Amino acid sequence: MAKELLKIENLKVIYKTDMETVYAVNGIDLSINEQETLGLVGETGAGKTSTALAILRLLPDRTARVTDGKIYFQGQDVAEMDDTALREMRGGKISMIFQDPMTSLNPVITVGKQIAEALALHNHDNKTKEQIEERVEEILELVGIPGNRKNDYPHQFSGGMKQRVVIAIALSCNPQLLIADEPTTALDVTIQAQVLAMMNELKEKLKTSLLMITHDMGIIAQTCEKVGVMYAGEIIEYGSVEDLFEGKYHHPYTEGLFNSIPNIEEKRDRLEQIDGLMPDPTNLPKGCKFNPRCKKCMEICKEVDPPVYQDGEHKIRCHLFSNVNQ
Amino acid sequence: MANIPLIETVHLKKYFSTPAGPLHAVDDVNLKIYQGTTLGVVGESGCGKSTLGRVILRLIEATDGQVLFNGENVLEQSKHRIKELKKEMQIIFQDPYSSLDPRLSVSELIAEPLLVTKSIRGKEAINKRVSELMDTVGLAERLAVAYPHELDGGRRQRIGVARALAVNPKFIVCDEPVSALDVSIQAQILNLLMDLQKDMGLTYMFITHDLSVVKHISHEIAVMYLGQNVELASSDELFRNPLHPYTKALLASIPLPKLNKRMSQQEVIHGELTSPINPKPGCRFAARCPERTEACTKENIPLKEIAPGHFVSCVKYM
Repeated sequence: MAKELLKIENLKVIYKTDMETVYAVNGIDLSINEQETLGLVGETGAGKTSTALAILRLLPDRTARVTDGKIYFQGQDVAEMDDTALREMRGGKISMIFQDPMTSLNPVITVGKQIAEALALHNHDNKTKEQIEERVEEILELVGIPGNRKNDYPHQFSGGMKQRVVIAIALSCNPQLLIADEPTTALDVTIQAQVLAMMNELKEKLKTSLLMITHDMGIIAQTCEKVGVMYAGEIIEYGSVEDLFEGKYHHPYTEGLFNSIPNIEEKRDRLEQIDGLMPDPTNLPKGCKFNPRCKKCMEICKEVDPPVYQDGEHKIRCHLFSNVNQ
Repeated sequence: MANIPLIETVHLKKYFSTPAGPLHAVDDVNLKIYQGTTLGVVGESGCGKSTLGRVILRLIEATDGQVLFNGENVLEQSKHRIKELKKEMQIIFQDPYSSLDPRLSVSELIAEPLLVTKSIRGKEAINKRVSELMDTVGLAERLAVAYPHELDGGRRQRIGVARALAVNPKFIVCDEPVSALDVSIQAQILNLLMDLQKDMGLTYMFITHDLSVVKHISHEIAVMYLGQNVELASSDELFRNPLHPYTKALLASIPLPKLNKRMSQQEVIHGELTSPINPKPGCRFAARCPERTEACTKENIPLKEIAPGHFVSCVKYM
């Protein structure tokens, strides 16, 4: 049995302003084992990034609040960590790749120095300056950039190369968990394929776990072992990729997502669309959050929170399956 | 299908001058789009697909070549005639966030093209047309007084569609109209565009980098690489039988939502787009091409018809 690395229980995150309260994450549970990849998929505003930021305690303190739930990393409660432990964890044990490589690098510092910065901050084995320099070159080669380009500035790299640099920084301290927040959304499709293939390979080589946040079902299929489908701050379907792509039962939203993607392999005249929009997170509907858009909506869906149907690891949060024999 | 294409480009070129030399954004592109059909133009960023769309509409002046609209060369017309022609040819922009004036309400935004072109006069007539258009694109009547910041991306893009439709155009350039939208909303907009085409007989040039979207909406597809059209075929033919190595690479790069096709590094195409400034003669994809030969970089390779309606520019098929 693989060891559990990260466990989230009933996490709730709100953003509070003077005017209103935004319910961003509404009670999610997930776990990531060592060397495993979990994908979180969902549309804008589903709460994917808020979840990731909560893991690293990077939510803005003035407005955001974790109102309930626990996050355990290697058995340790993240909320109870003191500043030293937190520093140790951020960038050392857990690192994050952000969506936009153009804005996550400092334009006036060479890429080599930006990688060295992370190494110097988490320098447990007292590496000398020369050793750090060596490691910088090593890590650049690892992501497919010639080591002698370490003295170049970010603007001298293309978008795909910049994202490789960001990945190099994230991997420089051999983290146990890598959180990738839409790592390829800003890239062209051939470059995206290169970066994804590289991430898959590095994950194997470095034995890192990965939390992959994306809105693209294709990327999920290509990289993940487990998947959580998020909608309005809830994980409405959770299971292995096989459950999600080949399973018998699905949440109507998951089905809708699949049907909205134009299929390359077959021709359909019309896409089956999901009507309507994501609910307003300041004013979520009663009962199932998806009920106003759901084609299979029943009376009970509008009133009662849906139960979780469970078949092995496959969980679906929907009333439709409450009568199915478990 | 009519025999005269609605839109035809003949040896169309657009070079931008840069300090380092001419940048070949669009280089000798020959395309035909027939009435009531959609031509998908697909390629990666920097391949010149947006420039091509804008040159056709004369939003950017071409360097050389012709754009024929119903047989009439758009590039040679007077300013006055262009104003007329712009009622026939419209564009939907990519970003529904920055392409709408934040200080105009929805009804003002949709009325704007009517006022500019003076195609309808009189307040009442304009109001009537605006509510008609809002109905066509599926915007609720109550949103007429709303401002763009109050609306989500999908609704904003519907405003963009209504603005393009306002003057009853025959031809619309859709420049990545769904790339800024979530998948469920993307499907709504694609369905809307296809319904409108069926109802009004519109002709689209659909510019996108998303291959699954382009396959879904297009009748014909042109693949562009560094300013050149490297392959042109009907949508089905291109996906069934891609010939140019770049097209093959593009198709292989799509992460498919299927479990049996996990990517490995071998299938991935290496390298990146080279500079479009002062390109060397020969195939521009040669530097990345897995099937490169010496003949590739000797001279320019023309687009050649391999099978009926299937054109490709590659030495393998000369």
